Amino acid sequence: MSTLTHLDRLEAEAIHIMREVVAEAENPVMLYSIGKDSAVMLHLAQKAFYPAPPPFPLMHIDTTWKFREMIAFRDRIPDQTGMELIVHTNQEGLAQGVGPFTHGSSVHTDVMKTQALRQALDLHKFDVAFGGARRDEEKSRAKERVFSFRTADHRWDPRNQRPEPWKLYNPRKRQGESIRVFPLSNWTELDIWQYIHREGIELVPLYFAAPRPVVERDGMLIMVDDNRIPLHPNEVPQTRHVRFRTLGCYPLTGAVESEATSLLDIIQEMLLTTTSERQGRAIDHDQSASMEKKKQEGYF
Amino acid sequence: MAHYASDLAADDIAAYLKSHEQKSLLRFLTCGSVDDGKSTLIGRLLYESKLVFEDQLDALYADSRKSGTQGNRLDLALLVDGLASEREQGITIDVAYRFFSTEQRKFIVADTPGHEQYTRNMATGASTADLAIILVDARKGILTQTRRHSFIVSRLGIRKIVLAVNKMDLVDYEAAVFRRIEREYRLLARALDTEPDITAIPMSALEGDNVIEPGRSMPWYDGPTLMEHLERVEVDDDRAEKPFRLPVQWVNRPNLDFRGFAGQIAGGQVRVGDPVTVLPSGRQSTVTGVIGTDDDAQSAVAGQSVTLTLADEIDVSRGDMIVRTSAPAQTGDRFEATIIWMADEKMFPGRAYQIKTGGGTAQATLGAPKHRVDINTLAEEPARDLALNEIGVCAVTLDRTIAFDPYDDNRETGGFILIDKLTNATVGMGMIHHALNRSDNIHWQATDIGKDERAQIKGQRPCVVWFTGLSGSGKSTIANLVEKKLAANQAHTMLLDGDNVRHGLNKDLGFSDADRVENIRRVAEVARLMTEAGLIALVSFISPFRAERRLARDLVPDGEFFLVHVDTPLAVAEERDPKGLYKKARAGQIPNFTGIGSAYERPEKPDLRIDTTTLSPDEAANRVIGELVARGIVPGL
Repeated sequence: MSTLTHLDRLEAEAIHIMREVVAEAENPVMLYSIGKDSAVMLHLAQKAFYPAPPPFPLMHIDTTWKFREMIAFRDRIPDQTGMELIVHTNQEGLAQGVGPFTHGSSVHTDVMKTQALRQALDLHKFDVAFGGARRDEEKSRAKERVFSFRTADHRWDPRNQRPEPWKLYNPRKRQGESIRVFPLSNWTELDIWQYIHREGIELVPLYFAAPRPVVERDGMLIMVDDNRIPLHPNEVPQTRHVRFRTLGCYPLTGAVESEATSLLDIIQEMLLTTTSERQGRAIDHDQSASMEKKKQEGYF
Repeated sequence: MAHYASDLAADDIAAYLKSHEQKSLLRFLTCGSVDDGKSTLIGRLLYESKLVFEDQLDALYADSRKSGTQGNRLDLALLVDGLASEREQGITIDVAYRFFSTEQRKFIVADTPGHEQYTRNMATGASTADLAIILVDARKGILTQTRRHSFIVSRLGIRKIVLAVNKMDLVDYEAAVFRRIEREYRLLARALDTEPDITAIPMSALEGDNVIEPGRSMPWYDGPTLMEHLERVEVDDDRAEKPFRLPVQWVNRPNLDFRGFAGQIAGGQVRVGDPVTVLPSGRQSTVTGVIGTDDDAQSAVAGQSVTLTLADEIDVSRGDMIVRTSAPAQTGDRFEATIIWMADEKMFPGRAYQIKTGGGTAQATLGAPKHRVDINTLAEEPARDLALNEIGVCAVTLDRTIAFDPYDDNRETGGFILIDKLTNATVGMGMIHHALNRSDNIHWQATDIGKDERAQIKGQRPCVVWFTGLSGSGKSTIANLVEKKLAANQAHTMLLDGDNVRHGLNKDLGFSDADRVENIRRVAEVARLMTEAGLIALVSFISPFRAERRLARDLVPDGEFFLVHVDTPLAVAEERDPKGLYKKARAGQIPNFTGIGSAYERPEKPDLRIDTTTLSPDEAANRVIGELVARGIVPGL
């Protein structure tokens, strides 16, 4: 009798979680960020409900500042999966011209991401939203439940979490409350990459190193993805061989110089690297407990 | 220093991945208090497995200077004390999950706090763990908390224990200290569990001795380091050897041609062609398809999430359990279970909760605890309810039949949670012992002499005469007179008085709602036993609630319960106040006093109503006896 490998067990757990949600929720949605964790989550959803397509839509919160390659990749998903894709943008924020260059990363993230997500969940009356967060990403996530409750105003109360013994999740909620469900809670970054490798999951090409135009700002390599980036006088984009370890809004996502052009190269680079994944993200640098604060405010 | 796994990764990444995709998974729990160095131990496991990246390390150095407890040294505990409030208080409050992996295994660590007020968190962490590390401070030895941690771990079914005797550096690495603690612990574990599998390791998490590398200061110890043990320990993954169980989560019906039953296999294995039974309905069929993670899987084992198709069009829905026909699970609507209470509000016997088991959801009512376990002394003690973090044994009654296994046989089909229907909070978790079949669990012992024979000797028919009324209404006076008159005429009686019973049989009960219900239940049960003995039982009890009186009436056959309402207006009773109780109640000294702080529900249809404002006690007693004669209970006097 062959015992299950760690990837088998993580896969089975994620599928079990997704099925619980579908069985219990009234109107679930899967948040789709186009990144590698979302790709794994989508792949698992397809397995969980096979031969039916996953019985919920995907939703992308589009800040309008995502990499163009991400959007192109995203727009192929409905045909590939047979799933509905909802794209939501905070129209008020858009009308006010909110963006990372003009308003800074924290205002931009709050208005175009946090507020936008809350709007979208309220608009479509989704009661359960799948997210691809992992407990190994960040310290406050390590204590978050698989079924994580949000009050009617989308707040997270870390002190009032429901115990989850065995795999018995309690999905009951009051009118107006919603649940964020994290099927990848127990996965690590390495597990994600190993699973992508094992299952042959397709990723946005930005994860792979290629010559790309970048400028260096505050120690971060920012890709010049379109002409909205205001170049300083004398600032000339340089072509460097870079890739991205995480994907988000292009002005807030630092590239790393890399020669890793294949999946194996990426995994190798990841294993030998000495900085953690979130370092490329500008949002949780301010203070160590900042992610916890953002979550209490409704950031995913 | 290289990443723990990096040499192969650097040389041959494809080979590395191939070997790492085959790794097994070990989930373990760390039990201990902050002072035992638990966070430091986990911090060290992460640190030494090179899972702490440079940027995290920089932040850690900064944090260590700001709020660390190790002076200028790196405070590894800060790596794992996650939430800001926890860092401020310097304690670990919740269950946190940590991940690391080595060449051999991936590990998931449930890091749980050790204080008594966090028993529920620890139990949650233990519920999914294969192994538990019990930390003991070498200076302090086995403490009350060690006992508590070991008990919870044993109750949650963890059979592999690592006794980590930490802070050996503070006892000069003395072998004798370690040996004494190990010996004591083995005695303790044996008392909890028949086959404890204990590995004791002396270590210093702070200095790193015997965590990953052998400690140079303890040449007398030749066992494995903690990491060596965690990598090698055989976890009896015997789930695949158990009888097949598939709790059905969801029915997959994409079109008319396909109907699949999706769930995660909770035990055993299944292959195409297997005969299976659907519980609780008992309908049988044969497996025609196993849709697992491979397209053409013919079989699957415990732990996998699958979708099964069956040969027959039988009714199967969420909450059902598909089992191997030759080894079915138990079905029933009543079982005994160990309950761990997790809510601030007490467990209240008789209240309906929602229950969620591996095999479905239902409404559940808990009986009064058979006993509670003092988790510090492990003594079993009587209890009427369970408060936060208390552990007790209760009967659980469901509103429908479900399938389950005893927890010791299968954790996933034998564990459950209880949900408060109003707050939606998860208020308890439980482990099923065994089914309680209402009738065949306790067999009636047939006796040759019955109630009729006993009554015949006494020349009477047995019955319960139940006097209800306000305190001071004259119940006891009248009941007493009735008994005197009956005794004078050779009738066999027994008078149960509310106050008197509380001195003996019910002296363990107070005046909470739960206790009042139990008080009345016991008295009614005793009165019923008296009628079995052929006696006329006279009961004098305020019994203010209709539900309570109904309970008493329902215990005896029709025609043998006789309700007398001693009807005295509140003002009159208060005026009489023979025991001075009304005065005290008005002064706020007796909460819930009937008539003042708590309602008296007047009987709508008593068998006899006595108005004490117009009848003397003697006249009232004669009325009662007149009724008994009229009903043929006693011959005419």
